[in-house]
Amino acid sequence: MNVRLTRLLLALSALSVSATASAEQSLQLNLTRGVTNISNKVYDLHMLVFYICLAIGVIVFGAMFWSILRHRKSRGVKPATFHDNVKVEIAWTIIPFLILFAMAVPATITLIKMDDTSDSDISVLVTGSQWRWHYSYLEYDVEYQSIMATPREQIYGRLPQTENYLLEVDRPLVIPTGKKVRFLITSDDVIHSWWVPEFAVKKDANPGYINEAWTRVDEPGIYRGQCAELCGRDHAFMPVVVIAKEPADFEAWIRGEEERLRTAREEEQRLLSMQMSMDELMELGQQTYMAQCAACHQPNGQGIPGVFPGLAGVGVSVGDQQAHIDVVVNGARGTAMQAYRNTLSMRELAAVITYERNAWGNNTGDMVQAADIHHFIQGNQ
Amino acid sequence: MSTENHNPQKYYVPDQSIWPLVGAIALGLIAFGAGHYTIEWSKQEAGFGHYFLGAGLLVMVVMLVGWFGDQIRESRAGLYNEQLGRSYKQGMSWFIFSEVMFFMAFFGALFYARMIAVPWLGGASNNEMTGQILWPGFEAIWPLTTTPDGTTTQAMGWFGLPLINTVILVISSVTLHFAHVGLEEGKRQKLKVWLLITIALGLIFLGLQGYEYVHAYRDLGLTLDSGIYGNTFFMLTGFHGLHVTLGAIMMIVMAGRVFAGHFTKNDQFAFQATAWYWHFVDVVWLCLFVFVYVL
Amino acid sequence: MSTIVTDTHSAHDAHDHHDHHPKGIKRWLFTTNHKDIGTMYLWFSLIMFFVGGSMALMIRAELFQPGMQIVDPHFFNQMTTMHGVIMVFGAVMPAFVGLANWMIPMMIGAPDMALPRMNNWSFWILPFAFLIMLSSFFMPGGAPAFGWTFYAPLSTTYSTDSTALFVFSMHIMGMSSIMGAINVIVTIMNMRAPGMSYMKMPLFVWTWFITAFLLIAVMPVLAGVVTMVLTDKYFGTAFFDAAGGGDPVLFQHLFWFFGHPEVYIMILPSFGIVSAIIPAFARKPLFGYASMVYATAAIAGLSFLVWAHHMFTTGMPTFASLFFMYMTMLIAVPTGVKVFNWVSTMWRGAMTFETPMLFSLAFVVLFTIGGFSGIMLAITPVDYQYHDTYFVVAHFHYVLVSGAVFSIMAAAYYWLPKWSGVMYDTFLSKLHFWCSLISVNILFFPMHFVGLAGMPRRIPDYALQFADINAIVSVGGFLFGFSQLIFLAVCIKCALKKGEPAPAKPWEGAEGLEWTVPSPAPYHTFDVPPVIK
Ligand code: HEA
Ligand code: HEA
Ligand code: HEC
Ligand code: CUA
Ligand SMILES: [Cu+2]
Repeated sequence: MNVRLTRLLLALSALSVSATASAEQSLQLNLTRGVTNISNKVYDLHMLVFYICLAIGVIVFGAMFWSILRHRKSRGVKPATFHDNVKVEIAWTIIPFLILFAMAVPATITLIKMDDTSDSDISVLVTGSQWRWHYSYLEYDVEYQSIMATPREQIYGRLPQTENYLLEVDRPLVIPTGKKVRFLITSDDVIHSWWVPEFAVKKDANPGYINEAWTRVDEPGIYRGQCAELCGRDHAFMPVVVIAKEPADFEAWIRGEEERLRTAREEEQRLLSMQMSMDELMELGQQTYMAQCAACHQPNGQGIPGVFPGLAGVGVSVGDQQAHIDVVVNGARGTAMQAYRNTLSMRELAAVITYERNAWGNNTGDMVQAADIHHFIQGNQ
Repeated sequence: MSTENHNPQKYYVPDQSIWPLVGAIALGLIAFGAGHYTIEWSKQEAGFGHYFLGAGLLVMVVMLVGWFGDQIRESRAGLYNEQLGRSYKQGMSWFIFSEVMFFMAFFGALFYARMIAVPWLGGASNNEMTGQILWPGFEAIWPLTTTPDGTTTQAMGWFGLPLINTVILVISSVTLHFAHVGLEEGKRQKLKVWLLITIALGLIFLGLQGYEYVHAYRDLGLTLDSGIYGNTFFMLTGFHGLHVTLGAIMMIVMAGRVFAGHFTKNDQFAFQATAWYWHFVDVVWLCLFVFVYVL
Repeated sequence: MSTIVTDTHSAHDAHDHHDHHPKGIKRWLFTTNHKDIGTMYLWFSLIMFFVGGSMALMIRAELFQPGMQIVDPHFFNQMTTMHGVIMVFGAVMPAFVGLANWMIPMMIGAPDMALPRMNNWSFWILPFAFLIMLSSFFMPGGAPAFGWTFYAPLSTTYSTDSTALFVFSMHIMGMSSIMGAINVIVTIMNMRAPGMSYMKMPLFVWTWFITAFLLIAVMPVLAGVVTMVLTDKYFGTAFFDAAGGGDPVLFQHLFWFFGHPEVYIMILPSFGIVSAIIPAFARKPLFGYASMVYATAAIAGLSFLVWAHHMFTTGMPTFASLFFMYMTMLIAVPTGVKVFNWVSTMWRGAMTFETPMLFSLAFVVLFTIGGFSGIMLAITPVDYQYHDTYFVVAHFHYVLVSGAVFSIMAAAYYWLPKWSGVMYDTFLSKLHFWCSLISVNILFFPMHFVGLAGMPRRIPDYALQFADINAIVSVGGFLFGFSQLIFLAVCIKCALKKGEPAPAKPWEGAEGLEWTVPSPAPYHTFDVPPVIK
C-alpha cells in the first residue's frame, strides 16, 4: 500500500520537474536550457533520456506495484511456481539494448560537435589558481584576473546576502556574441573546472596541460557559473562570470581594455620613482591583502595551522625583508604560495608587503616602495 | 577441538590464536609510525614516528615467527588435511594474483606516461596547445631524459648488467624447479644443492641490482626524483627488488626447514608457495626487462 | 534452485559436542570463529555508520542555509572527505564482509571460513586503520580535505601532512580487504558441502564470489596509487606532475580503475541479499537464477571497462569518451535483467510484507531510480552539465544509501533471528522502515533538483537560489539520521536477547541451509558437511 504511495509521489515529483521549470523562474528544478545551440541540444538529450527512464520506470514499477497489490498472501492467492522463461529473458535483454542504442546515437553526434574546437574566431586562455580565474586573450594584448566580489561580511552573516551572492566577480570575462570562442583551459596549481551552465561548457583545468572547449553565444547577457572541481579551502568561492557583448561593443571594450592596461603600465613606470607614504601603503596594502591573500593567510594574518602559515609575528614578515619580497614576488615553488610578480603591480606588491610587515602587531616600521620591488626583480634577472 | 579425530569427512578448524591480533597491532604500529616518520623525515624534525615504526616491525617479526611456528608445528603434527592444503594453495595463488595487480598499477603508470602523458606534453593528440603554450621546446621522447621543467638525466641501457641479471633470474627459476623435482623424487641431496644455488643466484641478483642503483645515482644522474622516467624506473625495479628480497628470505627459511628434514612429496605446501612466489617474481622481471629497459 | 536435504544429524551433532566455546574477552580477540568475526564486523560497521553519519549531519547542518555558520570551509572539506571514506571503507564494505562471514559458511554447508585465522587478522586490522585515519583530525591542518577521491595534486603538493597517515591507513585497510576476499573465494571454491555445485549456490554466495574477485583485482591498484601519492608528496616523484613528465589525470585513471569496480563491490552483495529475500516473502522461487548469475558476472566484467565515465570533463580525446560512454550504458542491460527478474519473482507470488521484504522492495525501486540517474550521467555531453554537481551526489546516495545500506538493513532484519536467537521488535523495525523510507527521499530526492539547477558538490556555501531545497534536504538528513537510532535500539535489544525466542526458520518461505540449524545458530555448524541432493 504505502510503497505504492511513495512511488506515486516519486513519479509525480519527477514529472513536475519539467512542468515547474518552465512555469516558475525563481525556483529552478530542471537543467538550464542555456543560450547556445549546443546547450539546447544537451538539454534535449537530457529530457530524452529522462523521459525514457521515466517510461521504463512506470512499466517496471507498475508491474511490481500490481503484483504487490494483487499477488499478496492476504488475498488468499496460491503462489505460482514458474522460475524461468528463456524467451522473455532474451526479450528483456535485447529491448533495453535497443533503447540504449537509440540514446547513444544523438549523444555521439552532440559530443563530436562539442569536442570540435577548430575554426574558432577568438581564443581565451583561462587559467585557474587557488581561488581565482585568470583570463588572457590570445589575439589581443589583454589579460587580467577575476576574483569573487562577494564581501566576506556577507558570507559570515555580518551583512545581508545580496542578489548573486557568491556569483559575482570583480572583472568578468567578456566575449563577443555570434563568434566561436575557444577556451584554452589550464591551471597554475590544483585541478579546477571552468563551468558555465548556460553554455553547457565544463572543462577541467589541469595543471601543466591545456584542455579546449568552445562556445558560440547568440544572446548578449551576463552568464554565471562556478568552479566545479574541489580545489581546496575556498572552492566554493571561485565563481565564473561571463558577459557576452555584441561584436561592436566587444571590440570597443577590448580596445579600451588594451588602452587601460597600456596606460597602467606606463603609470607604473612613472610611479617607480615616487615614494608613497606609510598611510597610502597601508591602505592599498590592506585592500590588496584582503582581496588576494586573506583567503589563505586569513584576514587576521593567523593563517591556518598546518595548511597556510601565519604571518603575524612569525617568519619572514617580521624577518628578512629581501626574503619577504622574494616569497611574494616569486612564490614558494611546489606550494600553494604562487608568484605574484605578474598578477600584482609593483605598487601593490610594495604595499602588501609593507602591510604585512606592519599589520597585526608586526610593527616593524619598514616601508617597501615600488622601486624596491623593481630593483629586486631587476636583480633577479 | 578438532584435534580429537581425523575423519577425512570432517573439516579442520584451527584453534584460537593470538597471532592475528598481534599481526593487526603490528600493522597498526607500522602504519602509524611510517606515516609520522615520513612527515618528520620530510621536515627534518625529530619525532616519535621511528619508534612506532621500529616497534611495529619488531612485533611483526615476532608475529611471523610465532604464527608460522604454530603453523609448522600443527602441520608436522599431522593435524591438517588435504582440504586445508587446497585452501592454502588457492589462497597463495590469489595472493599472487593480487601482487600482479599491484604491479599492474605501476606498469599502467609507465604505459600511460610513455604513450599518453609525454606525447601530450609535446603537443600530440588533442593537446596541441599544451605543447605550444605551456611547454614550447619540450621534446617528447622516451626514455624521457629531459623533463618539461628541464631536469636532465641519462637512460639506463639494457645491455650489460640488466641483461646479466635477467639471465641470472631466469636460471634461478630453472634451478628452483630442479630443487622441486628433487623434492618430488625424494632426492634430498639434489633438493638441497639446487635450493642453495637458487638462493645464491637470488642474492647475486640483489647485489647487482644494488650496484646498478649506485651506478644510476652516481654516474647517470638517474634518481628517483629525476622525472617520470626515473620515477617509473625506480618504483618498478624497487618494488621488484623488494619482492626478490622477500622471496630470498622465504627461500632461506625453506632451506632451513629442508635441512631440518621437513617436507615430503605430500607435505610441501610452504615450499611450493615459495617456489610459486619466486617464479612470479621472475615473470615480473621479464616484463620489467622488456618494458623498462629494452623498449 | 535446489532442494536441500540435510541429515538433521549433523546439526544435532554440532549442538551436542561442539558448542563449547571460549568465554570473555579472549573469545573475541583471538577467535577463529566465522560467526564471532562476522558479529564483530557488523558492529564495527554500525559504529562507523554512525561516525560517518554524524559527519554527514555536520555537512547538512552547515548547508542548511547560505552563508558560513558552523564550520570553517577547510573543516567542511575534512568532513566531506572523511564522511565518504568512512562510509565506503568503514561502514558499507565491512558490513558486507560481516554478512559474508556469517552467512557464506552456513549457506554452503561449511563449518567455517577456509582460513579462519587470517579471517581474524582481516578484521582486527580495520579498527587500527580507522583509528589512524581518525587520529589525523588532531594533527596540525587536520584530517585529509581532498575528497574521498583524493585527486592529485590537491592530495600531493597541496595537501596537509595527514596525507601520510591517510596513505598508510589505506594500505593496511587494503590488505584487510584483500585477505578477506581471498578467504571468501577459497571458502567458496573449496568448502562447499558435497552436492553443492556452483549452480546450486545461493545467489548471495554467488554475488560475493564475484565481488571477491573484484576486490582482489582492484584493491592492489588502490595500494599502488596511494603509494604514488605518497612518493609524489614526500619523495620527489612526478607521477602526477606535468613538470616532471607526469599527468594529474593519470591519478584519476588509476583511482577510477579501482574506484568504479569499488562501487560495484558495494552493490553486488546487495543484489545477492535481495535475491534471497524476495523469493522468501513472495513464496515463489527466484525467477531466472542462471541469468542472475550471468548478469552479475557481466556487470563485474564490464566494471573494468567503464572507469573513465567519472572523467568525461578531464579532456580525454573524443573516441575515448565515446568508448567509455558506450560501455557504461551497456551496464544497464545486465542490471535491468536483475530488476526484471526480481519483479517477475514477485509476479503471481503470495507476498507478505515483513520488514526484510519492505526494505527489499524499497531497494528495488530506489536502487533503480539511482540506476536511471546513472544512465543519465553516462551520456557524456549531458554529464558535462551534471558532473560534480549535486545531481551526482543524489545519484550515488540513491544507489548507496537506499541501495546498499537498505539492503544491509534488509539482511539484518532477515537474519537477526538466526544470529541472536530472538525475534526482534516487529513494531520498532517497521517504524524504522517507514521513517527511513520517507526521510531518505526527503533527503536525497531534492538533491537532483539543486544539482540540475547548478549547485556544485563539495561546497560549504552556495548561491541563494539553492537555499530552499537545501533546507529541505537538511531536514531530511536529520530525520533520516535520527531514524537510524531506532535500528540501533532494535540491534541492542537483540544483542541483549530481549524478545521471543526465534524458531529455526522464522520465515515461512525462506530456503537455504542456514534455516536448517537452530536459532541462534550453534557456535559450530556443519562440522560434518550436510549432503545436498
Ligand atoms: C553502489 C554504488 C553505485 C552503483 C551501483 C552505480 C551504478 C551506476 N553508475 Fe554510479 N556512481 C557511484 C556509485 C554507484 N553507481 C558513486 C559513489 C559515484 C560518484 C563518485 C564520486 O565522484 O565521488 C558515481 C558516479 C557515477 C558517474 C560519474 C558522474 C560524474 O561524476 O560526472 C557515472 C557516469 O556515467 C555513473 C554511472 C552509473 C551507471 C550507468 C550505473 C549503472 O550500474 C546503473 C544501472 C542500473 C539501471 C540503469 C537501472 C535498472 C535497469 C533497468 C530497469 C533496465 C532498463 C534501463 C534502461 C534501458 C536505461 N555513476
Ligand atoms: C555508503 C556510503 C554513504 C552513506 C551511507 C552516506 C550517507 C549520507 N550522506 Fe553521503 N557521501 C558518500 C557516501 C555515503 N553517504 C560519499 C562517497 C560522498 C562523496 C564524498 C566526497 O565528495 O568526497 C558523500 C557525500 C555526501 C554529501 C556531499 C558533500 C559535499 O559534496 O560537500 C552530502 C551532503 O548532503 C552527504 C550526505 C549524506 C547524508 C545526510 C547521509 C545519511 O544517510 C547519513 C545518515 C546519518 C546517520 C546514520 C547519522 C546517525 C547519527 C545520529 C542520529 C546522531 C547521533 C550521534 C551519535 C550517536 C554520535 N554525503
Ligand atoms: C592559495 C593560498 C595562498 C595565497 C592566496 C597566498 N599565500 Fe602566501 N603562502 C601560502 C603558503 C601555502 C605558504 C607557505 C609556503 C612554504 O611552505 O614555503 C605561503 C607563504 C607566504 C609567506 C612566507 C611566510 C613565511 O614566514 O615563511 C608570505 C610572506 C606570504 N605567503 C605572503 C602572501 C601574500 C602577500 C599573498 C597575497 C598577495 C599571499 N601570500 C597569498 C599560501 C598562499
Ligand atoms: Cu577551483 Cu574549485
Ligand atoms: Cu563509476
